[in-house]
Amino acid sequence: MAPVLELRGITKAFPGVLANDHIDLTLEEGEILALLGENGAGKTTLMNILYGLYQPDAGEIFVRGKKAEIHQPNDAIRLGIGMVHQHFMLVPVFTVTENVMLGVESMRYGVFLDRRKAAAKVREISEQYKLEVNPDDYIRDLPVGVQQRVEIIKVLYRKADILILDEPTAVLTPQEVEELFKIIRSLKEQGKSIIFITHKLKEVMAIADRITVLRQGRAVGTTTPAEATMERLAQMMVGREVELVVKKKEAKPGDVVLDVENLHVVDHRGNPAVRGVTFNVRAGEVLGVAGVQGNGQTELVRALTGLLRPEIGHIRINGVDVTHASPRAILEQGVAHVPEDRQKDGLILKYPVHDNLVLNTYYVPPFAKGLNLQFQKIYEAAAERAYEFDIRTPSIYVPVATLSGGNQQKTIVAREFSRPIRLLIASQPTRGLDVGSIEYIHQRIVQKRDEGCAVLLVSPELDEILALSDRIAVMYRGQFVAILPAAEATRQKLGLLMAGVTAAEAMSAEEAPAAVEENPAL
Amino acid sequence: MAVAAQNAELIIARRRHIGTGVFFLLVALLILAFFVRTTAPDLTTTFGLNPARLTTALRLPDLVLPSLPSLWFLTVVCAFLGGWQLAKGFRSTGWALGVVAFAFVAAFLIWAARGKSMNLVGMLSSSVLRAIPIALGAFCGILCERAAVINIAIEGMMLTGAFMAAWIGSITHSLWIGLLAAMLSSMFLAAILAVLSIKFKVDQIVSGTVINIFATGLTSYLSAKFLQVYQNLNNPDIFKPIPLPVLSRIPILGPVFFEHNVIVYITFLLLILIHVMLFYTRWGLRTRAVGEHPKAADTLGVNVFRTRYINVIMGGLVAGIGGAFFTIGSVGRFDEVMTAGKGFIGLAAMIFGKWTPFGAFGSSLIFGFADSLQTKLQILQVPIPSEFLLMAPYLVTMIVLAGVIGRAVPPAADGQPYEKQ
Repeated sequence: MAPVLELRGITKAFPGVLANDHIDLTLEEGEILALLGENGAGKTTLMNILYGLYQPDAGEIFVRGKKAEIHQPNDAIRLGIGMVHQHFMLVPVFTVTENVMLGVESMRYGVFLDRRKAAAKVREISEQYKLEVNPDDYIRDLPVGVQQRVEIIKVLYRKADILILDEPTAVLTPQEVEELFKIIRSLKEQGKSIIFITHKLKEVMAIADRITVLRQGRAVGTTTPAEATMERLAQMMVGREVELVVKKKEAKPGDVVLDVENLHVVDHRGNPAVRGVTFNVRAGEVLGVAGVQGNGQTELVRALTGLLRPEIGHIRINGVDVTHASPRAILEQGVAHVPEDRQKDGLILKYPVHDNLVLNTYYVPPFAKGLNLQFQKIYEAAAERAYEFDIRTPSIYVPVATLSGGNQQKTIVAREFSRPIRLLIASQPTRGLDVGSIEYIHQRIVQKRDEGCAVLLVSPELDEILALSDRIAVMYRGQFVAILPAAEATRQKLGLLMAGVTAAEAMSAEEAPAAVEENPAL
Repeated sequence: MAVAAQNAELIIARRRHIGTGVFFLLVALLILAFFVRTTAPDLTTTFGLNPARLTTALRLPDLVLPSLPSLWFLTVVCAFLGGWQLAKGFRSTGWALGVVAFAFVAAFLIWAARGKSMNLVGMLSSSVLRAIPIALGAFCGILCERAAVINIAIEGMMLTGAFMAAWIGSITHSLWIGLLAAMLSSMFLAAILAVLSIKFKVDQIVSGTVINIFATGLTSYLSAKFLQVYQNLNNPDIFKPIPLPVLSRIPILGPVFFEHNVIVYITFLLLILIHVMLFYTRWGLRTRAVGEHPKAADTLGVNVFRTRYINVIMGGLVAGIGGAFFTIGSVGRFDEVMTAGKGFIGLAAMIFGKWTPFGAFGSSLIFGFADSLQTKLQILQVPIPSEFLLMAPYLVTMIVLAGVIGRAVPPAADGQPYEKQ
């Protein structure tokens, strides 16, 4: 029997990059195929071609043995191909039903939307595939895990039998990942064929029937979890041997550098986001803040760096009260900030690399003299830093927007680390970076800690938190539900705390014989 | 921990309560200082509840209020609400703010007309008329912006519509052909805006401004060159008021809403039609999806570009009706730049109305009321500088709308051209 889906020689070039280079791929009926590769390896491009969002420059697509022409998403939907996008394609102000029915609306009298009929069908699908959702909930009120189920229902509502899941676990807690895996397996049992895109090795080993690895736009090999090892897969993915663990020495905590007391912050809508957080960070230690995105981490960091005004509470840095201090006054206390969204808050994309490297020091000597900028000094310092921090750029004079994500992040790190600092606040410092850059930035953070800098690391990636932290705080709905030494933290315990289970319950769950340690869910 | 957090949130909420409470007290003080102090004790204020013109509505006796006691009463209401807010705090301050604002406007009217008589129904009726072009402009804005195209060219579209209605209406001696010409010309400008901002992705503020300048220049030139010279080109009929059977007989409401010309009724119909279409039909669901998250709509096979073209051009149609109202709906001739910023006020009404037809219509009525009030006050010769008179109603409007309705959130993709990769 012909495979349910076959891609032959798919090629797609963007200006300056060959995103897909003669990729061949087959998907058998009722199997889970993992598409493994680093960011920028061409996975998403390939799937967007399959879904009709991009047109390939060359190559052919066969669905159930027949050659298919896919020019727009409608064509793909008609062929039974459905896609769950990495960034959810949901309208936040619509209900679940409205999102699902959009494009294939049920009608009454041919004019009016039949929300009730559509909702009934949503309920039916959600029961059949055990995808718990309430059709009348608004998307903006739902946690991401549920939003993802809505995306899957959307695909099933259109009667798709080939499902593409693009980095579906990126935004989920470990427990939600397990639930998703259950859902995927049940979809497979009911005869659906699934392509699972990821860059996380453990997930691939846990869920895939077959694995195809992409590197720099080429399919470099296909294997199965039984034949492959994590090390082998990492090597196929990166093209060289990679250190999968961060090496670090025992921490030697010194004096308290950051002291936060009963902090309350509201978000831009005026809703409470940080609700009474108290903690401190000492010199020479890393405090990791774990938690699912959207539990107040963003507002916490913004308050600490002076970008949001706290409603109640105190922030002291080196004993100085900076609760209502300006961002500049705070950074002059020796605070470095690696922001969560590097393109929005970390860089001025249109400025050249050299200007971005002095955004925090341009106004003091040697870069400024009276009202004038000392460009020669700026160029010299920039060139030095670009070399020291291994920023791969054609020159320091090009706009920072033209650099890859990893090099943009290195630019920020270079800027923030190149002056004497006592506190580093790093928010998702490796988001969306490739394994090589992650390795590099992790080493730099550990190095700062060893030099006696206090580090506050905020990240939804448990791997990152566990690899770097000396103590771990778990943030849930604006509060720290627990602060524990890294030695006592396990993936399972953190996962439960992140999901809002109380500290006491999480501890007792720990005693139970845990299969989860084995479960490579992340 | 949870209890502590709740307490802290109460403290945060209280701080805001105090702000509103102090504001209420301030309003009370304002009434006291400016109105009560300057009103002699034996004066009365008379409000006429029947329109000055011939009417089919049932007649009501005039409303006669003793000025000073009424003002004191309103002061006490505001002060009481302020005190209660400070002491206990209302769960939702919206309605209290509404009452305070109403009290202030009422106090203002009672004071302005003390010892005299003011025709309230006549003023409200003219408020509705003044609100009509604003509302139609706002509807045009809603149609465009719900699909994420910002249209600041409403002013220019209405001006062109007004011109064409007067001119074509004069030549053909047909009001309906005049109206049609207004709609078509405005749709043509909308189509240009659509092509510029959807196809060529020109900054939507720039393309809108270009159309406004173009429309002002062209209509002024043609008007000066032809319409003002050959008066028979600028002498259309006007739509006569048609009292609606039964409805127009209701006291107060009848003369205020149901004794107008056909364009007013078209506006009422559009209000309901656009509301139903936006929230209960396939077109509406797709339009809103395109305005909020065009990429999501695109991945589900909704044609983002086509939806935007259709909406912007429909918006042009509605703006054209609004333009026609200026000429064949009221004064019966075209004058240069006669829309006088109503298109922009329409945009403000759309925003205050949170991009909903009913909200926009309500805001338009408030703006219309403010407009008609200041004319009335100038006639009454109120002893404060007319600049302040012009300001006061707008100030109240702003405060109420900002306070009662809260922050308006535009469609998420508003103003962003859609790039299909």
